[in-house]
Amino acid sequence: MNINVLDSPDAWLDEHGAALYKYALLHTRDEHKAEEAVQETLLAALQARDRFSGGASARTWLIGILKHKIMDMFRHDARVVQLEDPDDLEDLDVDTHPHATDAMFASDGHWQNRLSDWGNPEELLERGQFMAILQRCLDVLPPRLARLFMLREVMEENSETICQELAITPTNLWTMLYRARLGLRQCLDRNWVGHAVTAARR
Amino acid sequence: MLTCKDASHLISESQERPLGFWERWGLKMHLWMCVSCRRFERQMTLMRQALRMLGKRAEVDADSSGFPPEARERIRKALAERGGHED
Repeated sequence: MNINVLDSPDAWLDEHGAALYKYALLHTRDEHKAEEAVQETLLAALQARDRFSGGASARTWLIGILKHKIMDMFRHDARVVQLEDPDDLEDLDVDTHPHATDAMFASDGHWQNRLSDWGNPEELLERGQFMAILQRCLDVLPPRLARLFMLREVMEENSETICQELAITPTNLWTMLYRARLGLRQCLDRNWVGHAVTAARR
Repeated sequence: MLTCKDASHLISESQERPLGFWERWGLKMHLWMCVSCRRFERQMTLMRQALRMLGKRAEVDADSSGFPPEARERIRKALAERGGHED
């Protein structure tokens, strides 16, 4: 058998392990799960090695497998939660659960306070600090809300797939994404924009 | 007439599904008058861009500082044990 050293699992681990782990940690937020996902990915890659066309980047190929492994974990978790503890789903029960986003609007449906101007988007994205605050704000979203939101926005999975895999309705998904977006916006507004304005005044 | 709350829902949902004709029309009218919702819309676009960037960066980032050496060794061992003998 003709094995290219660069395409051996050990080489993958050395070359791509850190990136795979970082990606897995970003989504699972759990060191054990991240490690498990990386391990499963490399084992799957090993078994499917013959199907890997050396032309494509190994990183891209491995990340593709990793995404499937992460989705598998989430699907499994979603089933376990539903079976074991229905109450645990409460924060996903969008119709009966009043939420903090309500507090952002006055009773007439208008914003409680006028929204601040975030300035030039391109400029914001170039600053490392904005991305660091974005990461911190993601970390404080409620776990299950964050998981869905990350699948949609960071992994760029489409709505239909998420609904199918995690057995939720589109309306439910949209409401949760809305909450996550409002929560994240508020966190960014407080921590980034507040900071930027203070810095500008100095 | 749309409220800001309605408008913010539509802006968020426009990232998930195509809005209907009247939804688009109502939203356009609202945005024309409402500076907060115009800002909200821009902020939602910016957030989506930033989050995608976060994912892309995680994919290409080769910085190994966050990968615990013990985890790496455990994986190496598992690969040798479970992947060593090929069918």
